[in-house]
Amino acid sequence: MIISVASGKGGTGKTLVATSLAISLKDKNKVQFLDCDVEEPNAHLLLNPTITGSVPVNVKVPVVDKGKCTFCGKCAEVCAYKAIAVLGERVLTFHELCHSCGACSYLCPEKAIYEVDRAIGTLEFGNAGGIDFIHGKLNIGEAMATPVIRKVQERVDNQNIVIIDVPPGTSCPVVESIKDTDFCLLVTEPTPFGLNDLMLAVETVRILQLPCGVIINRAGLGDESIEKYCLSENIPVLLHIPLDSTIARFYSRGFTLAEAMPEWKDKFVAVFNKIEEIVSERTCCTER
Amino acid sequence: MKELVVLSGKGGTGKTSLVGSFAALAKDEVLADCDVDAADLNLILKPSSSQSHDFWSGQVAFIDESKCTQCDLCQELCRFDAIHDYKVDNISCEGCGFCSHICPAEAITMKENLAGRWFISETKYGPLVHAKLGAAQENSGKLVAMVRQQAKIVAEQKGFELIISDGPPGIGCPVISSLSGANLALLVTEPTLSGVHDLERILAVCQHFGVPAAVCINKYDINEENTQRIENFCLKSNSPGQKVDLVSKLPFDNVVTEAMVHGLPVIEYNKNGFSQQIIYLWERTLQLLNKNKE
Repeated sequence: MIISVASGKGGTGKTLVATSLAISLKDKNKVQFLDCDVEEPNAHLLLNPTITGSVPVNVKVPVVDKGKCTFCGKCAEVCAYKAIAVLGERVLTFHELCHSCGACSYLCPEKAIYEVDRAIGTLEFGNAGGIDFIHGKLNIGEAMATPVIRKVQERVDNQNIVIIDVPPGTSCPVVESIKDTDFCLLVTEPTPFGLNDLMLAVETVRILQLPCGVIINRAGLGDESIEKYCLSENIPVLLHIPLDSTIARFYSRGFTLAEAMPEWKDKFVAVFNKIEEIVSERTCCTER
Repeated sequence: MKELVVLSGKGGTGKTSLVGSFAALAKDEVLADCDVDAADLNLILKPSSSQSHDFWSGQVAFIDESKCTQCDLCQELCRFDAIHDYKVDNISCEGCGFCSHICPAEAITMKENLAGRWFISETKYGPLVHAKLGAAQENSGKLVAMVRQQAKIVAEQKGFELIISDGPPGIGCPVISSLSGANLALLVTEPTLSGVHDLERILAVCQHFGVPAAVCINKYDINEENTQRIENFCLKSNSPGQKVDLVSKLPFDNVVTEAMVHGLPVIEYNKNGFSQQIIYLWERTLQLLNKNKE
């Protein structure tokens, strides 16, 4: 079972929910935790894993062998990202624009282009009190998060319960993080921004045809519009976490809800059971 | 022309609420909402009218079934795993066009992709340029560049000298696109461990791209120990070439959410002490912006 925790809007409590869910489930299950928010990974601050290893995340970029190049311009012609240019008897490569598609090296008539690794981030893994922990970190100044997210996703072991912490937004990094998951848990807050961004997130989740459910964080903060929206869209509201300065203060010091207030563990287990129910019902339906 | 961009690294620290108030305080400015994934500034500024434009960006591959000989070459060579059963998965396709170049049957063509929409809107606080990236689309960085470019055009047309951009969370593609070439980045943070960690990364990005940064600690009273850490961090990050100014510490105040629920900038919703502090923050930010210009 793979559950992604996403939100559209940033700062609604994704990491708080994802880490609390993992801690609540770990006593009776094998749990794997993947932090796919590689731009701003935070889950390690709450789970405090012992990092046992790390590997660089590399992408392939082209290098031109000047001895073989005839400056025919084919590489520049086929590059959709303008990452390679031929100016007279010079070939310029712009590695930060390259999407590593491999077209230039494959299509070069002289076989003058070969590919080398360029590091854009780091993958770290370890153990957090029994939880198998993996996160990715995008290097400062790098634009493309998705190759790092893909590397994190490669570590998914479906034998476990897998919890994925997703970056905010609705575009490619989010899609990459949630597309192969069984269920998307959307965390929102009852404010106009929370509602607007939840609606955008639901649009993305529906394009990917994923089942989803909502957790309302800071309940009591704003208005009732989230409940109304979820009711009209037939999206289950799985949990309310109240607006409570005690929770905010615990979070600020790096404590999950499940650790700071153990009575929440049962509630997160109940959320998981409900998700299992939704996913298995859906599997039955599609099989039929 | 001067451009202020408000960023945070971590989401939900209060960027948009502050920009809403800045919009009400600034004179002769253009607003740009660079969070094209989840634009919210229009919910506060409430545009009275809007011009909408298509944003065509990138391409997706299309396989003509009648020409396809099912040789499998495209499936083997695609690095994005976007072709299955001789069909292109539009969500995985990155539009590189490799398949269209190598298909021996010339069965693959590239089609232009409607990636979203952008808008120039009128609000009572000034013109607002904003956008909506299509759900599950790529190229958010290019749409951000379009929003900034259009904001500059509007400012030139109106003879305005100031652009205020509300930036996206994170440190990747759309953030770099929002930041590069701006005159000042105001970093809004909060005293949580996540806030501190993410501030360090976004500040490093500002320094990497040579954009001067100022810091505002929002909800500073949630954890005064972490607030102290942020203050020390700002001092430590100061270097002769790159000064990091701590411009304001704002307390937690529910008036921010109340104003949002009422669809108003905080300073228009309530004139209490909190709003006075936002006014002070705006004045300090403006001073830094003018100083950095010189």
